[in-house]
Amino acid sequence: MTMTTGAPLDTEQATPPHVRPDQPAPPTTRPRAGGALERLRAMGWALVGLAVLGALWQLGSALSPDLPSPAEGLRELWRLLSNPFYDNGPNDKGVGRHVLISLQRVFTGFTMAALVGIPLGLFIGATKRGWQAGNPVVQLLRPVSPLAWFPIWLIITKNPGKAAVYVIFITALWPTVLNTAAGAGAIPRDQRNVALVFQFGRMAYLRHVLLPNALPAVVTGLRQSMGIAWMVIVAVEMLSGGAGIGGFVWESYNTGNLAAVTAAILIIGSLGLLLDVGFLRLGRRVALEEVQA
Amino acid sequence: MTLVVEGLRKGFRRKRGPYQEVLRGVDLAVEQGEFVSLIGHSGCGKSTLLNLVAGLQMPDSGRILLDGKAIDGPGPDRAMVFQNYSLLPRLSLLANVREAARAARPDRPKERTDEIVERYLTAVGLWEHRDKRPAQISGGMAQRTAVARAFAVSPRLLLLDEPFGALDALTRARLQQQLVELWTHESETETVLMVTHGIDEAVLLADRIVVMANPPSPSVVEVLDIPIPRPRDRVTIVDEPAFRATQERLMALLTAESAHAA
Repeated sequence: MTMTTGAPLDTEQATPPHVRPDQPAPPTTRPRAGGALERLRAMGWALVGLAVLGALWQLGSALSPDLPSPAEGLRELWRLLSNPFYDNGPNDKGVGRHVLISLQRVFTGFTMAALVGIPLGLFIGATKRGWQAGNPVVQLLRPVSPLAWFPIWLIITKNPGKAAVYVIFITALWPTVLNTAAGAGAIPRDQRNVALVFQFGRMAYLRHVLLPNALPAVVTGLRQSMGIAWMVIVAVEMLSGGAGIGGFVWESYNTGNLAAVTAAILIIGSLGLLLDVGFLRLGRRVALEEVQA
Repeated sequence: MTLVVEGLRKGFRRKRGPYQEVLRGVDLAVEQGEFVSLIGHSGCGKSTLLNLVAGLQMPDSGRILLDGKAIDGPGPDRAMVFQNYSLLPRLSLLANVREAARAARPDRPKERTDEIVERYLTAVGLWEHRDKRPAQISGGMAQRTAVARAFAVSPRLLLLDEPFGALDALTRARLQQQLVELWTHESETETVLMVTHGIDEAVLLADRIVVMANPPSPSVVEVLDIPIPRPRDRVTIVDEPAFRATQERLMALLTAESAHAA
């Protein structure tokens, strides 16, 4: 048996990562790999993937003559983007204006979904009764298609634009609620014990334990909600017609301008990608740092 | 603060499987000013006993009395240092200690709490690091913060659950010394209950050692007195006659225990 000497030595070493054994690993911050070369490689492979997509599109247009080719689609995209913000009335606007109209609806609906969904998710996830009361409702309403909601909100609001916003609200709500609930329910036992032993009050528990732990999950939920919101707005606007990128798609289809439809698809997809990347970045900043051992 | 445990029983039912009685009738009396160590193999219930004393769980039967009054939950008279540091990861060290101290002692004026927080963070040598987050410090520093946090509550009974188990031997030695210093000189904390795996640690720190065991043995197998005078020095303690005897007795008890469990 050895006993260490009394002289204090300053040999504290960093320990293994901040371990919370009863919880799966939280989202990690990705280490900055390789720098410029790695980024070039990533871009290269992305181009490969996109090239495959383009090839499939070309193939599709060859097999189905009504479908515009990638060249035609891109040409139309260029034409649309060259004058995106003109406004000659309700049925004749630049594509940029349509996009702005849609984005405004998306953000309104999304904000409503966040303001309702986060507290609701916290309540459902943090208490057993909350879960028992809330989860069945969530599971009941979640699978309902936005297109089924649209008539209901149209009746209530009597305004297609407003109805669209509410449809976004009711469909984008669920990922936020469920992810927030999951985050709120997964508080590490260690931290709960700390709150118990030191008798944290409700506000202190919320501020220091519940919200910080739920935050990464909340951001994940918001990210998914945004994705759904963007998808839904296009569908709903196609249903209701009028302004907005979805209405533009439908209008283009009805006037036989299929190249514009494909161009619009590219625009819609790119914007969705940008929104998603934005949330991804937010998620990384909010994720818990792990000790670099 | 005197602690009396009477006839304590606690069991758990796993999702699939029989009801397991972890504590099978524990009787224990801890005097004011004592440092008592709980030692035993995994599964003997030492952490469960600590959790029950802390008020984190309720016993199935039996009583826990602090100064003669039964406990019914956590309280500011008891603070705990956990095995896994358990610092709130998004708060700085200062905030970790301060929020816990404020939450546990809401009646104490804020200036007084801040004074006490500064005092204990300084005592553990972390005042210069007070704005760092747990992810930026080593395990030893995290555990020192946890110790400061527990003392900042001015508890009369301090509970420690294998606090130094995850640390290297040198850091552990340093923290053991710091713990004893804080307990003896720097605080009003009178009584300490510490769960440990290490025989050396128990003999060095404790006035009495409670040896616990898994079934079929009774929960408390034996309680050993450590009549070694304080202050104890880890180098010279080996020369004390009681040291050797205690160490051998503990080894015997714990080896016999693992023979049973095998």
